[in-house]
Amino acid sequence: MEQATTAKKAIPKDYKSDYKPIWCPGCGDFAVLNAITKALAFLALPREEVALITGIGCSSRIAGFTSLYGFHGVHGRSLAVAAGLKAARPELTVLVAGGDGDGLSIGGNHFIHACRRNMNLTYIMMDNEVYGMTKGQASPTTAADWEQSKLTPHGTGIRPFKPAGLALTAGASFIARGFSGDPNGLARMLVEAISHPGFSFVQVLSPCPTFCPEQMQWKKQVRIFEETDTDDPILAAQRIQADDGMSTGIIFRQEYAVFQAQSTAGADLEPIEQEFAI
Amino acid sequence: MNATPSCDISVAITGSGGAGSITAGELLLGMAGSNGCFGVMRRSFGPQIRGGEAAALVRVQHQPVECMNDNFDLLLALDWRNAERFAGEIALRPDSVIIADPAAGEIPAPVRELGVDIIEVPMKALAEEVEAGRPNMVALGLLCQWLGFSPDEAGRSIDQAFRARGEVIVRGSQAAFDKGFTEPSIVAARKARPGSERQVPSWSETRWQLNGNEACGLGALRGGIRFAAAYPITPASDLLEWLSPRLEKLGGQLLQAEDELASINMVIGASFGGVPAMTATSGPGLALMLEGIGLAVASETPAVIVDVMRGGPSTGLPTKSEQTDLNMALYGMHGDAPHLVLGALDHADCILTTEWSVRLAEALQTAAVVLTDQYLAQSRALIPEPRYTLPEIPARSTAESAAEYLRYADTPSGISPMAIPGTAECTHVAEGLEHRENGRPSTAAADHARQLEKRARKLREFDFGEHWADIRGDGTTAILTWGSTTAAVREAADRLQDAGTKVKVIALRLLLPASPDRLAETLQGVDRVLIVEQSHGRQFHHYLRAHYDIDAECRTHARPGPLPITPGEIVEQFVNWS
Repeated sequence: MEQATTAKKAIPKDYKSDYKPIWCPGCGDFAVLNAITKALAFLALPREEVALITGIGCSSRIAGFTSLYGFHGVHGRSLAVAAGLKAARPELTVLVAGGDGDGLSIGGNHFIHACRRNMNLTYIMMDNEVYGMTKGQASPTTAADWEQSKLTPHGTGIRPFKPAGLALTAGASFIARGFSGDPNGLARMLVEAISHPGFSFVQVLSPCPTFCPEQMQWKKQVRIFEETDTDDPILAAQRIQADDGMSTGIIFRQEYAVFQAQSTAGADLEPIEQEFAI
Repeated sequence: MNATPSCDISVAITGSGGAGSITAGELLLGMAGSNGCFGVMRRSFGPQIRGGEAAALVRVQHQPVECMNDNFDLLLALDWRNAERFAGEIALRPDSVIIADPAAGEIPAPVRELGVDIIEVPMKALAEEVEAGRPNMVALGLLCQWLGFSPDEAGRSIDQAFRARGEVIVRGSQAAFDKGFTEPSIVAARKARPGSERQVPSWSETRWQLNGNEACGLGALRGGIRFAAAYPITPASDLLEWLSPRLEKLGGQLLQAEDELASINMVIGASFGGVPAMTATSGPGLALMLEGIGLAVASETPAVIVDVMRGGPSTGLPTKSEQTDLNMALYGMHGDAPHLVLGALDHADCILTTEWSVRLAEALQTAAVVLTDQYLAQSRALIPEPRYTLPEIPARSTAESAAEYLRYADTPSGISPMAIPGTAECTHVAEGLEHRENGRPSTAAADHARQLEKRARKLREFDFGEHWADIRGDGTTAILTWGSTTAAVREAADRLQDAGTKVKVIALRLLLPASPDRLAETLQGVDRVLIVEQSHGRQFHHYLRAHYDIDAECRTHARPGPLPITPGEIVEQFVNWS
């Protein structure tokens, strides 16, 4: 991996703002913030050349806790904002972050199309299987029998999404699963994701101690995938389906054609104006 | 220029979808152009792609004209299938003429009962006499003969239209045209009619031929738009299709989004990146975009949304025109969200209004909704080469590297320096949550009040200049309108003037922010006002009542689409009003 040379060695703190996160004590998202800043420091990216685009939810507040250019938009639309920015300014490093509800429910359509479009974006989905900001409702990754929400007191009765499987089917070219309890491993994974040409999807198991305290046991349940990543979508699908969703690692990596504009700069408006003249 | 003979002829060419009536109409309009005339062509068709009905409604005049007349001088029917669907749309007079093909079957009783002259020409048979000949090209020949057009330019027009389809088609079309042009029955019928020796005018200065969608596209490019994102929707799709390759040529791009929610947010993303950006849509799409437009307002990100209105609500009348997205554009936003709403008045004005909107959105760092409608967007007009001058408008204010950069600084103008990614030392979060001057989220009452006031002040303190309305004529009678009904209102005013009533026409271009002082000044001395709009719910009337004080006696002529409002029905409003 190529590391940019700068006069002063970048450190993770350079990428943090002085704004104190609003997250609950024990929230996995603190570690995700640390992993992102570590990855950026490792890559030594100038912070003004990086944009972090987020939606709405606890995890989407992350943009404000960095010193990057950020856009904190509306619920579920971060990938669309990011696509517009990346298309208009391809030289920028564009990161997108948010939660499972933001990305898979209200933003589900944008998610599958972002996978398919394969723009060079890195999408970090902090998955805690719950809507935290609205006080604990079931999300598309919540277990069908989770009965802790007043909104669905008998559980949703609906099988949860497998985000990695969804991303694979939709055509994502880089799919990984990390864990907030392993911030160094996550940082290394993010370095790979950011360096990958195309759309990188990183699902991060990031527990919610407030609404899903049982997730504090995840640290005992996660394991590292036995196999290294594959470029074979059939093999990747088998691994995703065989897994209980708690194995971490890069699952799939393939160099699909990266979306880019076909524009040719330089022409001027006059010939276009003349098309109308008779 | 020599004294111009007057001419004002309305022709309807009807047929089932795929019969070629639209192609014939477009070529006829082109021929009008090469024969020194002005004109406008409206397309009327149902939502079907094939097998439905299609009509080209062409009005040719010696002077610029942009609205349909009250009735048609000539109806040419390529066939009679689906004719009943046009019955209400194509009003004929007792002295109108119908050209029909006897092979197309029995003329429907309601048409025959009109008692107008019917000229029977075997268009299908004539077309079959030549290789690759089509009845619609015979029809074009008949119409050019009837209108007294020179056939000299026909070859060039036909060649241009069909070149891509090969030489056989071009030759066949030309030969079919000649069959129609020289058809003895039409030559004889024309000679038998009074005034048949009329001469066509010869306007020699440059004219433009375009539809409103193309005109909006050009205005957007002139304004500096270099990014667009959009989802296909009738009747906005052809604006996007026009724009896409041209943006590419200029170093920009158009992204096809997965839906309108994505379109508006992509626009916001590109604009956040510093590239002027727009989308185009129609009513249902605008409804989906409203959330995003609120985000553009709150985050102070410039965004331009062209809404080509069609009949609603819901899928409504997707191929037909109405002025009924006004309420949504004005009031659809959640929260107090000061933004810009502008309406284009005619074909040339689509260029001006869209360019102006882009420049205003960029200068004021807010969302601008540009309203046009299906009539304006999809009718094609021959107009004098558009010329206009916009007031000086500052470009988007940028930020240089600064130690204490405040993205949402509460400045006297309300406009804050906008740093784009890449600018060192100015990193910040563009925020949809209410925020402090530095962009940090805040729920404090003082911050909310301050930022609301700042966003309102940007628009309130800005001098929009003279373009807020297009004002023509003078008198104690005024007609107030907006959007595409302006053309019919102007013509109605001319007719009233000819009949001795002087009329002032005020067409509002800038709808939000409203200009109550300017309108009050314009209405000084006016004692009666007719409000004209194409909306059953009188949306424009309600808007005027909400934002303006009008001392004069007001009446409203408001009716829904899809039929365009004509000059005659506006004139009629004054018959019993003294």
